[in-house]
Amino acid sequence: MKHLANTWFAEQLSNHNIYTEYLEDHHPARMPCLDIRHLDWANASKTAKLLGMRFVALWAAQAGQQDKKALYAYMAFVHPEHRYALLRTPINLENPEIASISQHYIAAYRMERNMQDMFGIKVNDIFDNRWWIKHEHWPEDAHPLLDSFDGNTPMASDPDRADIDYDYVPCDSECAYEIPVGPVHAGIIEPGHFRFLAVGEKILNMEERLGYVHKGIEKAMQGRNVEDALKLAGRVSGDSTVGHSWVFAQACEYAADMSISTRASYIRGVLCERERMANHIGDIGAVCNDAAFAFMHVQCSRLREDMARLHAEAFGHRLLMDCISIGGVSRDLSTDMCQKLIQQSRDIAAEVEHLRAIYADAPSIQQRVIGAGIVSIEDATDIGLLGFVGRASGHYPDARIEAVYAPYDELNVPIPKGKLGGVSTRVWVRFEEVANAARMIIQLLEHLPEGNIQTAWKAPQAGESGFAAIEGWRGEIAAWVRFAQDGSIDRYFVRDPSAINWLGLELAVRTVPVPDFPLVNKSFNCSYAGHDL
Amino acid sequence: MSSMFFQCLQAMLMLLMAPVLAGFLSTLKARLQNRHGAGILQPWRDIRKLFGKEVVLAEHASWIFRFTPYIVFTATAMAASVVPALLLDTPLSLTADVIALVALLGLARFFLALAGMDIGTAFGGMGASREMTFAALAEPAMLMSVFVLAIGAHSTNLTTMISHTLTTPLLIQPSIAFALVAMLMVAIAEAGRIPIDNPTTHLELTMIHEAMLLEYSGRHLALMEWASMVKLLLFSTLIIDLFIPWGISVESSFIGVLLAFVIWLLKLIVLLVALAVLETSLAKLRLFEVPQYLGTAFVLAFLGLILHYMLEVGA
Repeated sequence: MKHLANTWFAEQLSNHNIYTEYLEDHHPARMPCLDIRHLDWANASKTAKLLGMRFVALWAAQAGQQDKKALYAYMAFVHPEHRYALLRTPINLENPEIASISQHYIAAYRMERNMQDMFGIKVNDIFDNRWWIKHEHWPEDAHPLLDSFDGNTPMASDPDRADIDYDYVPCDSECAYEIPVGPVHAGIIEPGHFRFLAVGEKILNMEERLGYVHKGIEKAMQGRNVEDALKLAGRVSGDSTVGHSWVFAQACEYAADMSISTRASYIRGVLCERERMANHIGDIGAVCNDAAFAFMHVQCSRLREDMARLHAEAFGHRLLMDCISIGGVSRDLSTDMCQKLIQQSRDIAAEVEHLRAIYADAPSIQQRVIGAGIVSIEDATDIGLLGFVGRASGHYPDARIEAVYAPYDELNVPIPKGKLGGVSTRVWVRFEEVANAARMIIQLLEHLPEGNIQTAWKAPQAGESGFAAIEGWRGEIAAWVRFAQDGSIDRYFVRDPSAINWLGLELAVRTVPVPDFPLVNKSFNCSYAGHDL
Repeated sequence: MSSMFFQCLQAMLMLLMAPVLAGFLSTLKARLQNRHGAGILQPWRDIRKLFGKEVVLAEHASWIFRFTPYIVFTATAMAASVVPALLLDTPLSLTADVIALVALLGLARFFLALAGMDIGTAFGGMGASREMTFAALAEPAMLMSVFVLAIGAHSTNLTTMISHTLTTPLLIQPSIAFALVAMLMVAIAEAGRIPIDNPTTHLELTMIHEAMLLEYSGRHLALMEWASMVKLLLFSTLIIDLFIPWGISVESSFIGVLLAFVIWLLKLIVLLVALAVLETSLAKLRLFEVPQYLGTAFVLAFLGLILHYMLEVGA
């Protein structure tokens, strides 16, 4: 798979006097990785902002077996026309520090804090210096992603730190009060803490505290062979397992410079769109249930269950786990099964349209969702909100278009364009995406080409890296992988869309009274597991 | 048979039937949502289960928190036992005054709100604040609605009011229609049903009544849950008594009371079916719209009162 190197970003940077060096061992060439000088770091992100690029992710990685001492920071951007580009800069391991880019891209600040926690890299001029994923009871000098940290021995707990509380945004007014919610909730949902500052029923501020489901995925990836690593990648966030396994597989395939058969890519597309349909349907019901409109919830659960049962029959797993393999897919589809999938996708899309009419005609639920939890277009663009959350707020990034990967390069991917940014718009976008996904599934299955579903995997050389972006059902999932010797994983970084969309929720809830928070939260439905890693 | 016996029977019946009818309501709702439902005896199973569990108390809980379940249950049970359900004239009927009834429920609510604040969690305080805000609006509306009928009967005693309705010839009284609508609206709010409150929710931030119960467990929780089921039955019976009392037994004979029981049950079922349909077709109101809802109930009841003077007095 030979692509021309994408030199646009390098040219633009050199126009701004930033010297770049193209890295040969990074793939694919159309999403290049450029090495820049340490002192140009903040300036490069400023230039990217000026060029109208969207911030994708920021992470760090130690150079692994080639050069034990070297530590690098990475950031990725994407331009609507000129696609993705990565920047890398070396960091001195003796005195690790780097400039903050959060004044240009606000969404970077939690990733910078994460980098501080995990690598002990000091981020200069960051406006928020609190620990993020690392909770207060961790020892101060524990930086789990450094090579020197041993992941197999339990950390010595520090009794002095046991009682330290996270430093929440304070309020000294006597009228305002705090509502701590979670991490243990009354219902069965993922753990996360929300700290509200409220006056009466009005929310002044809501602060998220995440990291309760930190599982050490990045550390656990190191040294795994690709098959085991793929299994783990598919469990980063269980409800978007297809998206996460696909992005890992794609990054590996790019790194190895291999391409998969068209049939396999079509089946991957079917899997991903089915996952999108099932999750959106489930969430639409859950949003309605949070406003005590239980009818929709029951109906949507039923449809989702029908999908899960057919998934078990067709792919061997109700939630489609482990259906994607490195170099293809693990299950082929018979002609009969294709017909079944086509038929069910069509039937369910029709039923959802029926439910949509009921939902749209019920004034009491409409009254709840319209105008609640609004994120303005400016804020959405500023943060770079992803997926259906972005699309509801006038910001329309879609990796299926921006990252041009098979099978979507042959499909017309319609993007529902919402503008109002409230709960009702997010639900509207989800209804539209269900319909579009069903259409794409039918189109893919009707034109499913013959061929192998598996291409032989040939491990890339040590030090080769790959970057991929996949539009999962929540939005763009970005992943970067680098290989060690003997074809095992050296470093893996993945950014779930939730890492960015959580910021949108903090803004959205400022417009609603306290009891409307669950409704707004559900309309975002960010992943805790995908964020905490 | 003595009326004392029937009085006791009636009180027991209210307490024992309340969970069954709550189970009937949730089964009905499940069927309307195309679900199977857990069966009408599920609330009884839940109560039995909770009585078998240990009580976990918060460290900061004072005696108020521990006593409240008993006070709430006793007050609600007392209110329920004086409302005539089967027999019109019972030994306790002299105390069956609507204002006393509202006061008993007010007592329960007062302690419930105190208990909510007692343990010092944000949810308890939030629930208490919401409950009291809405109670301040719901109670006047309820009293106003009762007054429409009380004016005709010259009494706020339930037995007197029912006898008055039974003995006067059946006339179309528009004032009663207004009072009925107001009473239905208040009853939904007081019993904590959709669209005001959602008794089945697990979302702490949206709760009103449940938020005050969050810290309760074991037999305390069982009593609290039971009390709220009794409250639902109490309000249903009150609506039946005030607006459709025909069928209630005037004499304390076994056959008469049995017949009254069947008729009472049928009326209850009609009310609960209506409630289930309403709850299935509506979403919860926004919190800030609840005062408007209760205000509407008050205005309707007040209009009923004016209509009574305009059209019915002296006619």
